[in-house]
Amino acid sequence: MFDWRWAFVWEILPRLFEATLNTLLASMLGYCIALVMGLIFTLLQRTRVKTLTIITRELVEFLRSTPLILQIFFVFYVGPQFGINLSPWAAGMIAIGLHYSAYLSEVYRGGLESVPKGQWEAATSLNLSTVKTYIRIILPQALPPSLSGMGNYLVGIFKDTPMLSVIGVAELMHTANAIGAESYRYLEPITLVGIIYLFISLPASYLIRVLERYVNQKMGLN
Amino acid sequence: MKDLEAYPLCLEGDNIPMVCFKNVTKRYGELTVLDKLNLEIDAGEMVTIIGPSGSGKTTVLRMLMTLEHIDGGVIYVNGEPLTHMEKNGVLVPANHRYIREKRGQIGMCFQHFNLFPHMTAIENCMEGLVHVLGLSKKQAKQRGEELLEMVGMLDKMDEHPSRLSGGQKQRVAIARALAMRPKVMLFDEVTSALDPEVIGEVTSVIKGLVDKHSLTMLMVTHQMGFAQQISDRVCFFYNGKIEEQGSPENLFSNPQRERTQQFLNAVNESI
Amino acid sequence: MSFIEFLQQYGPRFWDGTLVTLQQTVLAILLVLPLAFSFGIMKLSRYKSLRVISNIYIELFRGTSLLVQLYWMFFVLPLLGITLSSFTAGFLTLSLNIGSYGAELVRGAIQSVPQGQWEAAIALNMSSYKRMVRIILPQAVVIMLPAWGNLFIELLKGSALVALISVADLMFQAKQINGSTFLSAQTFGVALIIYYILARFIITPVMRQAEKFMSKKLGLNNV
Repeated sequence: MFDWRWAFVWEILPRLFEATLNTLLASMLGYCIALVMGLIFTLLQRTRVKTLTIITRELVEFLRSTPLILQIFFVFYVGPQFGINLSPWAAGMIAIGLHYSAYLSEVYRGGLESVPKGQWEAATSLNLSTVKTYIRIILPQALPPSLSGMGNYLVGIFKDTPMLSVIGVAELMHTANAIGAESYRYLEPITLVGIIYLFISLPASYLIRVLERYVNQKMGLN
Repeated sequence: MKDLEAYPLCLEGDNIPMVCFKNVTKRYGELTVLDKLNLEIDAGEMVTIIGPSGSGKTTVLRMLMTLEHIDGGVIYVNGEPLTHMEKNGVLVPANHRYIREKRGQIGMCFQHFNLFPHMTAIENCMEGLVHVLGLSKKQAKQRGEELLEMVGMLDKMDEHPSRLSGGQKQRVAIARALAMRPKVMLFDEVTSALDPEVIGEVTSVIKGLVDKHSLTMLMVTHQMGFAQQISDRVCFFYNGKIEEQGSPENLFSNPQRERTQQFLNAVNESI
Repeated sequence: MSFIEFLQQYGPRFWDGTLVTLQQTVLAILLVLPLAFSFGIMKLSRYKSLRVISNIYIELFRGTSLLVQLYWMFFVLPLLGITLSSFTAGFLTLSLNIGSYGAELVRGAIQSVPQGQWEAAIALNMSSYKRMVRIILPQAVVIMLPAWGNLFIELLKGSALVALISVADLMFQAKQINGSTFLSAQTFGVALIIYYILARFIITPVMRQAEKFMSKKLGLNNV
């Protein structure tokens, strides 16, 4: 029944630790892609070119409404069908980056819309250019409300990395499965993986809340 | 817009008005807010607009500040068109670049202050100076301090707006707008969001401006006493048109039109 | 083969998979609502033990990923003596996972109901139960409805993962078909489009209707 072996735990911990680092790295890279693409999506939806706005809107909805795992498979398998061979890592990063850029673009949009209309009008009354208005007045005010969403999605990416295991990326979940298959013991690896995720995502969520409060204070928005 | 040919490319003559609305129309969907408005304001004049809500008074200011698009007619500032530009000898709707060039002559203060919350008072004043007029930070700070002193807010220059009272915020807003040295200053109900006891701070600043500088000013307000004190002319708006206008003495004590009388009665009753 | 031929040949399998996906989703939705409401209200309880239990549940299922939870249910639970069919493990885990987010949603919405409502109910000497059921919850439901729409879509997306514990849903079928035909673009493309249709053209409109219905019922027109 409940047959926990501590000796086995110490044995597999180093391997799990290395896989954790891989996972964190993958998360960070995917997040960076998402941060940038998300901003691009948001700004594209605010242009005056109607076709561009509509296409971007539909693309963002599509990415948000369909399963990430399916998108990962799509990117990984469709490439070779047309001659582009992507490594599991590259395919995984692209898929995660795109998927989360859709979420982040909604976060940015919410942040932008939360800036009071009067701020835009004050900038106009001082004759600030559009670029300067965005950079100096609007974006600094759009950032604090967006932070909690942005932070939550970083934690979300980290928790979604196990999906990459199905296309062979040697992250945490994949390693746990491999250990289980090799040693016929799944209990310890998978439980440890769950604990490791908790140990990282819970403090991360807490730190994000602290960061939010700090930024709000620093910008005099309290 | 086809009849734009009827409008001059620029105003000529010796005594051209600083601000000139010619047949200006503004619609929101089905609703016509300004109906072929003709209004002239001379350089250095202080004009107050009064009237019931929905009469179009705020719209006049907002259009002058290019916050709204024009649906008919032309607005001229200092003789040159603001809302339109010349192309091949005729007037066409102005593009963004042209509007930005002309817009610098106008400054505005808002009912809800619209100070930038992530900047201190002095930084609010410096923002336009550095990023639009291209002044150095040092020059901008100097001018900012001058203006904050003029409105009595120099001691609070390093405070964020969240730590200022309504009256203090509005005074900083006035300093910020004046720092840009506009030719025309617009005041859109700048005391309507203030507690009664601090209205005086703001009105005395505006009075100081009228007394000491020959700025062209256009003000929308509900403060009738104040309007009477400082205006050169008062316009009563009704349904998107000027119902009546004249010197404060004449308009307030001896209104010629019935609607003007009704409005003034209603206002007096509420005091 | 052309795309039409592809659809004709594999259409039935996509259909079978979609049915299983719908079953998983609907069963999970039926479970997730009582879970979310129970744990959400528990988190606001006077009794510390209830609050602690609720917190543990929420942090546990929110802090770990759905896939890890699925593997745990499927591989580890049998070792502890409980063996579930993969189908059951699927929607059960789905509802537990989404339930943790739902609990936070319920809690947040209840706390958003204006303080004055609680006070009025107390002034009328209502019991806690009546107060919650007749006054607070109806108003909380209107507040939380839009976010539930998003959660249901998350649920739909999460259901794709049950394919990895061998439940024969849409995702599973797509993988099988891809494995035998290697027509990845068509296979995964069709699957993506089906999920998109389910989310955007079924869940979203239904939720919007529900929002309108609740608003009208509570006399909150034009909100």
